[in-house]
Amino acid sequence: MHHSSASNKNTLFLSLGSFLIPLLIWSCVSYLPFIWHPQVQITNSGDASYLQMGTRLEKDAYYAEAQNIIDQGKNPPTGILVNPIYLPAPHEVAKALFTSFTTPPQQADSPWLHQSLWHSIKIVFTAFFISSLLGVPLGILCGFSKTISRLTEPFVEFFRYLPAPAFGALAVAILGINDAPKIAIIVIGTLFQQILIIANTTRMVDRGLIEAGYTLGTNKIKSLFHVVIPAALPDIYRDQRVLLGWAWTYLIVSELIGATSGITWFITQQARYQNFDNVYAAILIIGVIGIVCDLILMKLGARLFKWKKGV
Amino acid sequence: MDEIFDSKSYFDTIYARPVMLETKNLSQVFRHGNTERVVLNNIHLSIHKREFICVIGPSGCGKSTLSRVVAGLDDFHSGEVLVEGEKIQGPSSERGMVFQGYTLFPWKTVKENVMFGPLMKGVSPTRSEEMAREWINIIGLEKYENQFPHELSGGMKQRVAIARALVNEPKILLMDEPFGALDPYTRQKMQKHLMDLWQNIDITIMFVTHDMDEAILLADRIVALKANPGEIKEIIEVNLPRPRSLDLIHSPEFKQLRQRVDQLVHAQEEDIDPALEDLPKIPRMTKIST
Repeated sequence: MHHSSASNKNTLFLSLGSFLIPLLIWSCVSYLPFIWHPQVQITNSGDASYLQMGTRLEKDAYYAEAQNIIDQGKNPPTGILVNPIYLPAPHEVAKALFTSFTTPPQQADSPWLHQSLWHSIKIVFTAFFISSLLGVPLGILCGFSKTISRLTEPFVEFFRYLPAPAFGALAVAILGINDAPKIAIIVIGTLFQQILIIANTTRMVDRGLIEAGYTLGTNKIKSLFHVVIPAALPDIYRDQRVLLGWAWTYLIVSELIGATSGITWFITQQARYQNFDNVYAAILIIGVIGIVCDLILMKLGARLFKWKKGV
Repeated sequence: MDEIFDSKSYFDTIYARPVMLETKNLSQVFRHGNTERVVLNNIHLSIHKREFICVIGPSGCGKSTLSRVVAGLDDFHSGEVLVEGEKIQGPSSERGMVFQGYTLFPWKTVKENVMFGPLMKGVSPTRSEEMAREWINIIGLEKYENQFPHELSGGMKQRVAIARALVNEPKILLMDEPFGALDPYTRQKMQKHLMDLWQNIDITIMFVTHDMDEAILLADRIVALKANPGEIKEIIEVNLPRPRSLDLIHSPEFKQLRQRVDQLVHAQEEDIDPALEDLPKIPRMTKIST
């Protein structure tokens, strides 16, 4: 039932490892020139004035050019081996993680990074809340009653195959260009899966418990509220955690709809200026927010549903 | 035994009591596609107030189905089920049930589990809690009233399940192999516990089991079912004195009864289960190591 402290330590160690391994690979590719580094960045133009300092060019092109200039008896340009600009090194991204928050936006009226992030977080949680308001009760009812399930699930099953972003133009036409269509897209992407998943979870409730309830005096309605829902609640909670993750995956697509906003706006802006370190920083921040949210919800769940531990 | 047990007068007293549960012409048919299987056929049974009935039979004889039908959990095909002369309508807390699987609500403590029935009936929470405490005391688990089911042993769980059903003051307690999952020692303790309970409260019990010793030890009458279709083969009066102790199992009267029940139950078993036919003789396949 409980992990021993030794295996707990082991788990922590492995979790750290799961992050360290990709980081190690990234570091190797970034800092060991013989692994990749396909380009040369010019540090001194020499007599090739057309190769400005900081220019990147392919290795082959550089060698050909340098040979050419040496053959003419002139001073060759010098440079260092680098990776393409779209692959910044870990330390550059780490620096960007900090500076992207402290650097004012390029245009005076544009939002700061933390404002963009907050906007995105609000969109995701509003959409997830609206989706849950409909999806959780409907899912539970579908799982509880065969009639309701047969009446709704075929349509839901059909609708969930319609890709949510396909409704983008429609959502903008109906809801305008601001936040409403973005929220709508996330809701469309989440709601139909939510109904089906929660219906399934509700159906998994041990029949024995429901029958025991009946012999103790429940009717259908009391059975729903006093047996089925409390029995399914921990698993519904777990489903919600997974579904919240899905809502996040719809965020970027939804933010591109109408007027680009939030973290997606930040990312597209930075990519336009080729500040790829900032792009990576922003992507990493989304990941961190996601995992922190999930960890908090997991801890909260373990606290709320202590009884589930031993079942 | 010092005193002579007068079984005739014992059963006369039982039969003089009003009928608590009656099944008339009860039949149950399961359909699998086009094929029909008669699980229960023409079950006529009268159980009197405060009687302890054990239903026994080979696997597939419909003994569990019978208890589920009486509980109202399964619809039946034809016939009638009457409790104190009235037709049953679906499940109700007047027919409490203890299942073989553990069905305590895992999110509720022992006390909250026992409170469940009264609360569903609309009894106030304070009164429900009093009633629950009372029953938890009777089954002797007051130390565990705030524990969750997963913290209890199998035997304790079934004691709570019994208290949870009895707190509703049911007319009949249905027990479907309630001790089937317990180890033999716990099982014996629970049999004794149940007999003590039954002796001291007004409750009619229908107890389904496939364990012959258990049936003989507990029952006033044993209803032996046969399978395919499930019909009553015989109803046996157990003429062993009460209160009964677990040592009774070694008495000649017990052994005699056991033989009779054994013949009834197992005479047919080989016809029913093709897996039991032609069991081959297994040749030695490895060398005997010394």
